[in-house]
Amino acid sequence: MDDYRYDNQTVNGFILSAIFWGVIGIVAGLWISVQMWLPSWNVAPYFTFGRLRVFHTNVLAVGLGIGAIFGITYYIVMRLTRVPLFLPKLARFHLYLFNVAMVLVALSLLAGMNQSVEYAELEWPLDVGVVILWVIFAIVVFGTIIKRKEDQMYISLWYVIASIVAVAILYIVNNLAVPADLFKSYQVFAGVNSANVAWWYGHNVVGFLLTTPILAMFYYFLPKSTGIPIYSHRLSIISFWSVVFAYLWTGAHHLVYTPVPDWIQTLAIIFTIFLIAPSWGSVVNGYYTVGSDWSAMRTNYLTKFFLWGITFYGLQTIQGPSQGLRTVSQLIHYTDWVPGHVHMGTMGWVTMTVCASIYYVVPKIYKTEIYSIKVANTHFWLVLIGQLMFSITMWITGIQQGAMWKAVNPDGTLKYTFMETLVPNYPYWQMRTVSGLIFTVGMLFFIYNVLMTMHQGKQRMAGAGV
Amino acid sequence: MSGRIYSKPVAFILMSVLVIAVGTLVTMVIPMLTPQMHPRLEALRVYSPLEMAGKDVYQREGCNNCHTQTVRPLRTEVMRYGEYSKAGEFAFDRPHLWGSKRTGPDLARVGLKYPDMWHYMHFEDPQSIEPQSNMPSYAFLTGNPLDQTSVEGRMKAQGLAYSEAEIAELEGKTEMDALVAYMLYLGHAVPPVVESAEAGEVTMEELGDHEALEHAGEETFEHQCSACHGKTGEGVIGPSLRDKVWLGVEGDIDDKVIFAIITNGTQPGLEYAGRPAKGGMPPFGNALTQKQIWELIAYIRMIQK
Ligand code: HEM
Ligand code: HEM
Repeated sequence: MDDYRYDNQTVNGFILSAIFWGVIGIVAGLWISVQMWLPSWNVAPYFTFGRLRVFHTNVLAVGLGIGAIFGITYYIVMRLTRVPLFLPKLARFHLYLFNVAMVLVALSLLAGMNQSVEYAELEWPLDVGVVILWVIFAIVVFGTIIKRKEDQMYISLWYVIASIVAVAILYIVNNLAVPADLFKSYQVFAGVNSANVAWWYGHNVVGFLLTTPILAMFYYFLPKSTGIPIYSHRLSIISFWSVVFAYLWTGAHHLVYTPVPDWIQTLAIIFTIFLIAPSWGSVVNGYYTVGSDWSAMRTNYLTKFFLWGITFYGLQTIQGPSQGLRTVSQLIHYTDWVPGHVHMGTMGWVTMTVCASIYYVVPKIYKTEIYSIKVANTHFWLVLIGQLMFSITMWITGIQQGAMWKAVNPDGTLKYTFMETLVPNYPYWQMRTVSGLIFTVGMLFFIYNVLMTMHQGKQRMAGAGV
Repeated sequence: MSGRIYSKPVAFILMSVLVIAVGTLVTMVIPMLTPQMHPRLEALRVYSPLEMAGKDVYQREGCNNCHTQTVRPLRTEVMRYGEYSKAGEFAFDRPHLWGSKRTGPDLARVGLKYPDMWHYMHFEDPQSIEPQSNMPSYAFLTGNPLDQTSVEGRMKAQGLAYSEAEIAELEGKTEMDALVAYMLYLGHAVPPVVESAEAGEVTMEELGDHEALEHAGEETFEHQCSACHGKTGEGVIGPSLRDKVWLGVEGDIDDKVIFAIITNGTQPGLEYAGRPAKGGMPPFGNALTQKQIWELIAYIRMIQK
């Protein structure tokens, strides 16, 4: 093996960074979850809900999400090409720059520098930083793939390539803005057009950050950890190209019943429904892979993470398209149902799959075994329960609120004032804080396990006199 | 997809760009080149520098994380918030601020609803108006003066027309003033739909027991009216209801006219018993039943004695 030439330090650095930013983001999540039922937890001006919520989404999507994606993608790409990273020094610089950028992201959002485009809140100097980070990522990954020693590119590499290309296009177009000064800019798009661009971006950035790079991990680590090859290559091909094609048409399902032209909404809804098929292509592929030997679910703790992860992906990709339908959207749009959907995706699918990938990678880097399977199992059950409780409470209160907004008296007047529809959320929002705490404890078990594995690996290496 | 492409990375990258471009072109780029994506209502005013500065505060504080700014064309939504949003109402919003979560109510038409005093009180201490609200206090905005040069630079960056006088008027204004001005701007481009000012089928006499009416009215008053008209109708933001001055004119009016005022509000353009309305009070016709409105009138008549 030529393992020693792989740049594991950069991978390791990204994994630790992702964990660090993950903790910060989750604490912010707990904090805003309390603010929703206890407004005295707002500390003006830096820690009011409006600023902290953006901090929460960005620190987790960029810090935890992209941080893990950078590191784990580098790991996967080196293995699948059987060559070390192209320009390893650049990759190391990438790691440092990423953390510097994250500090600025966190501080600038708390300071209220905010473009107000959902999932593109960062002000223009940081947008430039993000583009530089992305270009470095593209150079290192594409360079490595081009000088590869393995002729065929495996499924994971397809997803990596599509993600890099798509996010670059999405991010640059959506963030075109006219700066007024160093801290403030205005989007070049206005009104209805701005909404259409912003959700073309918004839906797809979720698709190409929280879906396709995670599928790349899934397709690589599931066969690795079970020792069973992916069930159908053909199915992978079909679902890959149709996901990548169809995603871009669907942004306006976030804009149902808004002033955006009806034909754009309708077209988006049609493609949204179609999206169920290719998404389930990956789910079915996962199930059938493990289906040839179900005992892996018991004997291999990682299989459990990956299969539950892909199950939540499957549920997301049924729930998401239903939300796009006009009849469903008019009830649940703008309610807490949507954060219920979001966290099944981010906690259930993304975080579950990322954690499992880290469980696989860290012992490999440190040439040891996982510190404790028992701790991993405890982690698994806690995050599963926390996430299910979170989503289910939000679905219930979301439907309740949607129904109360629409309720009318027999004489045709509205049945409830807005306040009367807000207050019934409080007990559910309190339960959500409890769910978040359970999830957080689960994540602490995960972090403990990872750090102890690293510690154990270092000691063994020292013991072996390496 | 032919098998060769999986061993040709450059071709694969180009193929991905192509596949991504199709939906992008059809749903985003091509519409952008047509006038339907750039509508502007005739009545839509350009932001004044003060209003624009208020919009900046709205964005900085992330108000759009809890408040939407689009009324959907659904019956109950129009009843709750007012006429549904039109495409041409957002021409000066870069970016749009429609939002995606309604932890608080929609604000697309809030400018037609409350007078400025209400907003000052509300931003200072939201719970003083709605004790169970979860909105944070923004009292600190009062301590932040506006910077004229910076506001002017921001108007320029957006290509918005303004006058020197408007910039000069910013002298001594705070971020709080700006935010309130922005609130009052919202929704002005579409005239409010006014329902017929009829008292309807139910009358006070039919409802029976006067004392029970007064009692129920008192409760509704506390929830819906006291923030503006005072705990016992003595007047705070809105006028006193204990005297016989109605819409600024001395002299009592008929119960049926009071019914009409509560139902339709006091948007400018309306007239009651020959007295022009000057704005400030939202319509309650969609929020209260006819019976509740009669109860309120019974209560008001009681406190007037
Ligand atoms: C302890 C765990 C967590 C808690 C308590 C929590 C809490 C919250 C709360 C209260 C909101 C605002 C909902 C609203 O405005 O109604 C929110 C939004 C959000 N959170 Fe979390 N969160 C947690 C974990 C995560 C994780 C792990 C991720 C991603 C990796 C994430 C991503 C998001 C996103 C994307 C939104 C925006 C949703 C939307 O716009 O609809 N959260 N979260
Ligand atoms: C086929 C797959 C999916 C479709 C068609 C879909 C569809 C939708 C729709 C229609 C909404 C808007 C709901 C509303 O505001 O009324 C939504 C929101 C959202 N979804 Fe999905 N979803 C899918 C999968 C996923 C996955 C896998 C994730 C995350 C890992 C995810 C994350 C989100 C987020 C973060 C939002 C909130 C956006 C906001 O701030 O409003 N979705 N989705």
